[in-house]
Amino acid sequence: MTDAPVLLEMRSITKIFPGVKALDDVSMRVTVGEIHAICGENGAGKSTLMKVLSGVYPHGTYSGEIVYEGQEVRFNNIKSSEHAGIVIIHQELALIPELSITENIFLGNEVTGRFGLDWETARSRAAELLARVGLDESPDELIKNIGVGKQQLVEIARALAKDVRLLILDEPTSALNEDDSAHLLDLLRGLRAKGMTCIMISHKLNEIEAIADSITIIRDGRAVETLYAAAGEIDEDRIIRGMVGRSLNSRFPHRTPEIGETFFEVSGWTVEHPQVPGRLVCNRSSFHVRHGEIVGFAGIMGAGRTELARSIFGRNYGRFLGGELRIDGRQVALHTVQQAIDHKIAYVPEDRKALGLNLLDTISDTIVSAALRKISRRGVVDADAGHVAAEGYRVSLNIKAGSVRDGVVKLSGGNQQKVLLGKWMFPEPDLLILDEPTRGIDVGAKFEIYGLVNALAAAGKGVIVISSELPELLGLCDRIYTIFEGSITGVLDREDATQEGLMRLMTGAAPAPVS
Amino acid sequence: MKSLKQLVAGGARQFGMVFALIALVLVFQVWTGGKVLTPTNAQNIINGNSYVLILAIGMVLVIIAGHIDLSVGSVAAVVGIIVALAIRDWGITWWMGIVLGLAVGAVIGAWQGFLVAYVGIPGFITTLAGMMLFRGANQYIGNSNTIPVPKEIQFLGAGYLPEWGPSTGLNNSTLLLGIVAILTLVAVEIRRRRSAARLGAEPAPTWISIVKVGTLSVVIAYLTWLFGSGRSGTSFPVAGVILLGLVLIYGFVSNRTITGRHVYAVGGNRSAAALSGVNIRRTNFFVMMNISIMAALAGIVFIGRSTASGPFDGTNWELDAIAAVFIGGAAVSGGVGTVVGSVIGGLVMAVLNNGLQLLGVGSDRTQIIKGLVLLAAVAFDVYNKVQGRPSLIGLLLQKRRRAEVAAAAPGGFEESAAEVVRPGSSSRDA
Repeated sequence: MTDAPVLLEMRSITKIFPGVKALDDVSMRVTVGEIHAICGENGAGKSTLMKVLSGVYPHGTYSGEIVYEGQEVRFNNIKSSEHAGIVIIHQELALIPELSITENIFLGNEVTGRFGLDWETARSRAAELLARVGLDESPDELIKNIGVGKQQLVEIARALAKDVRLLILDEPTSALNEDDSAHLLDLLRGLRAKGMTCIMISHKLNEIEAIADSITIIRDGRAVETLYAAAGEIDEDRIIRGMVGRSLNSRFPHRTPEIGETFFEVSGWTVEHPQVPGRLVCNRSSFHVRHGEIVGFAGIMGAGRTELARSIFGRNYGRFLGGELRIDGRQVALHTVQQAIDHKIAYVPEDRKALGLNLLDTISDTIVSAALRKISRRGVVDADAGHVAAEGYRVSLNIKAGSVRDGVVKLSGGNQQKVLLGKWMFPEPDLLILDEPTRGIDVGAKFEIYGLVNALAAAGKGVIVISSELPELLGLCDRIYTIFEGSITGVLDREDATQEGLMRLMTGAAPAPVS
Repeated sequence: MKSLKQLVAGGARQFGMVFALIALVLVFQVWTGGKVLTPTNAQNIINGNSYVLILAIGMVLVIIAGHIDLSVGSVAAVVGIIVALAIRDWGITWWMGIVLGLAVGAVIGAWQGFLVAYVGIPGFITTLAGMMLFRGANQYIGNSNTIPVPKEIQFLGAGYLPEWGPSTGLNNSTLLLGIVAILTLVAVEIRRRRSAARLGAEPAPTWISIVKVGTLSVVIAYLTWLFGSGRSGTSFPVAGVILLGLVLIYGFVSNRTITGRHVYAVGGNRSAAALSGVNIRRTNFFVMMNISIMAALAGIVFIGRSTASGPFDGTNWELDAIAAVFIGGAAVSGGVGTVVGSVIGGLVMAVLNNGLQLLGVGSDRTQIIKGLVLLAAVAFDVYNKVQGRPSLIGLLLQKRRRAEVAAAAPGGFEESAAEVVRPGSSSRDA
C-alpha cells in the first residue's frame, strides 16, 4: 500500500447483462500518481468495468458505488465523466483520418472565441500539447498521414487538452511496434512523474511489469487480487497465474517438429504500393516453406509483412510487378483470391473485424464462407452440410458458443479468432498464412491458438505466422524471416534466433547475414 | 415454452412480419365494415401492387449488397414504351415483345452494372443518372404519347387464371394452386424434420409441426376461397402467379445458392468477402443487372394492367420499392434483408393504401401515414439493433419470447455450460 491519497475507489460494482453477470462485486482502489494496470483474460470484464467508470453504462444500470476525489460520483454519460477529469482512450483509436491533428485534438472540445471557433489559439495549444507528448509533427498534419504510433500520442494529447486527472488507456500498445511502445511507456512515466494517474488495460505483461505500480486482476467478472510493485509482487508468471487461475507451465505448448520437403517457394516477389507509384512494399522477396514447418515473418509494422502475404494470396494487395511462385515445384500464377484458395492457400487476416469476419453472420455461415463450393452442388448450398461442418469445428477448436447458429458478433476476441481459423481450415489448405493470429486475445486463448498451429504443422501443412510479438515467433516458429522496408533481410533458424538478433535485422541495423 | 421457441425458430422475424400484416388486414377489415376481405378487393390489391412487389424482390438484393437503385421506375417506363411500340409498329408478336423488353432491361442492367461494379461509380449516382436518362428515353421514344398494348400483354397484368373442369363452386385453377401450396408446405415441413433428425438435433414435438402446418394451411385455404370465389371470370391474378414464382426463385437464390450468399457477404463486409474469394465486381454486376431485368418485367406487367404505355409510367416506383424493402427489415448499411420480408413489407404498404382508400382517407393523409409507418418500422429495427435484440414487427412475439427465455434459463445455461466444458478438456489434450 502506498501513502498517497486515494483518487478513485470503486466499491462492489456489479453489472448484469441479460443472462450474464459481467461484473460481480468488483472493488478496486487507485491512488494519486500511480499507474494502475488491470489484467484479465478477454471477456473477464475489464472493458465493462471501464465503461462503468467512464459513464458509458450510466449510473443506475449497475450496482455499487464510485468514489472519486473523495466524493461519490454518478456519471450518466462520457461527457459527465470527462467533466470530472476522467478520460478513456479506447483500443480502436477515435481519430478522424481526414482532419488535422489540431482539429482532432479539439474535436468535441472546441476552442471558441468571440467569432466562432478560434483556430489560432487551438493551433498554438495543440503545438504545446504535442510538445508535451513528445510528438514532432505539425499541428496541421492530417491524421491519415502519420503512423499509428503517433496517432496514439495524438489521442493522449487530446486527453491532456481535456484537463485529464485520471487517464484510462485500453490496450494502448496493441497496435504499436516495439519502438513506439517503448516511447509511449516513457511518456506515461513522464506523466506519472508530474502527478498524472493512469489506469491501463493491457495484455502485454512485460509492459505491465515494466511500468505498473499496482495491478488489479480480474477473472470471470471478479477482482481476484491486487498486486503491488512496491511489495515486489509483480512478475509475469504471477500475473498469468492470477489471470487464468492456474499456472501455465509454459506459454507455448510443446512440439516436436517433423519437417518435410519444400513445397512452397516464392522468389523475386516485387509489389508496388497501390497508391504510391514507385514505392515497393515487397522488393524482390524470396522465401520458401516446407511441409510441417512453422515459418515466422518478423518485422515492424509497415515493413511489408502483411503486404507480402496478401499479395501472394491472389494479388489481393498492391500492384504486382514481378516474381515467381512455385507450388510443389510447378510455377503458378494466382490472380484472384479464389485461385489462391483453389491452390490450397489460406490467409487469416490480422484485423478480425475489418478484414476477417462478416459480423452479421452466424458462426456456421462464417466457417463455410471461404469454401462454399465444398458444400454445394451446382451452385446450390447445402446448409445442413455446412452446419455439420461448423459443428465439428466448434468442438475441435473449442469455440465457446451455445450453438453454431449464434452470431459471431457475440463472441470474445479469442473465440472469433478460432472461428476464423476454422473458416480457413475448412478449405483444407496446404499453406496457412496467419497474420497476427493472437492480437488482442487473452493468454488462455493464445495458448489454444498455439496448440492449433502446432496441430496444423503436425498434419504436414506449412504455416506462416506473421507477428509483432517476438517471443511468440521465437516460441512457435522453426524458422524466422525478417522483413525491413519491403525487403527480406535475413532468415534465422529456431536455435540461432534471439530477440536481439531479430530486432537488429528487422530494423535494418546490420547487413543481412546469410544463413 | 421450449416448443413455442421451436415453432418460431429460424423465422422469428418473418413470422412476426406476417403476423403484423395479418393484424393490419384484420384491423382494416373491422374498420371498413368488411370491405377489405372481398374477392374483388383482394384481387385489386394484388393486381395494383404486383409491379412494386416485383421491384422489391430485385431491390432487396441491391440493398443487401449495399447499393440502391433509383432508376427502376424509369427503366420500367422505357421498357414499357419499347414493348408497346414494337408490338404495334414493328408487327412482332406479343411474346417476342416480352422477350425484347426483358432483353432491353438486361442491356440497361449490364450498363448500370458495369458502371457500378467495374468503373466504381456509386449506385446512387449511376441510377440517379439512369432515372433521368431513361425517363427522357421513354418520352423521346414514345413522343410522350400513350401507346396501347395487345390483349395478351393485358392478360399478364390484369388477367386471371382460367376456369376449367367440373364445377366446384370455386375457380378450379385457384383451387389447384391452393392445394399445391398446401402439399408443398407439408412436404417442406417433413423434409425439415427429417434433416433435423439426421443432424442429430432433437426435433420439435410433432404437434408443433402439425399446429404450424395446420395454421398456415388454413390461411392458404382461406386465401384460395377468397380469390377463387369472386364473380365469374375472376380468380387469382396472373400477376400474382408471376409474383409467387419470383418469390420462390429469388428466395431460393438468396438463401441457398453461392451467388446469394455472396451478395450477403459483400454487403456485410466487403473486405472480408474479398479475402474469402468472393468476386466483388461480379456480385455487384449481378445485383445491378438483375434489378433492371426485374424493372423491365414490372414495366411489362404494368402496361398490361393499364392497357397502354404512357410517358409518366413508373413515376416514384423506386421509392415504393425501397420503402417496401426497408419495412421488410433490410439494413441501410447492407448485409441484411430477405426476399420474403420485402414482399411482406410491400404488402403492408399496399394494404395500408387500400384500407385507407376504402375508409375514404384522402391521398394527402395517406401519404403522411405511410411516411410515419416507414419511419416507425425502421426506427423499431434500429432501436432493436442498438439493444442487441432480434428485430422487427415481432413486437408481440418479443414479449412471449422474453417470458420463455426467463422460463427456460436454468436448463438452457446448464446445457451450454456442459457444451463448453466438454470439448475444452479434449482440446487441452491435443
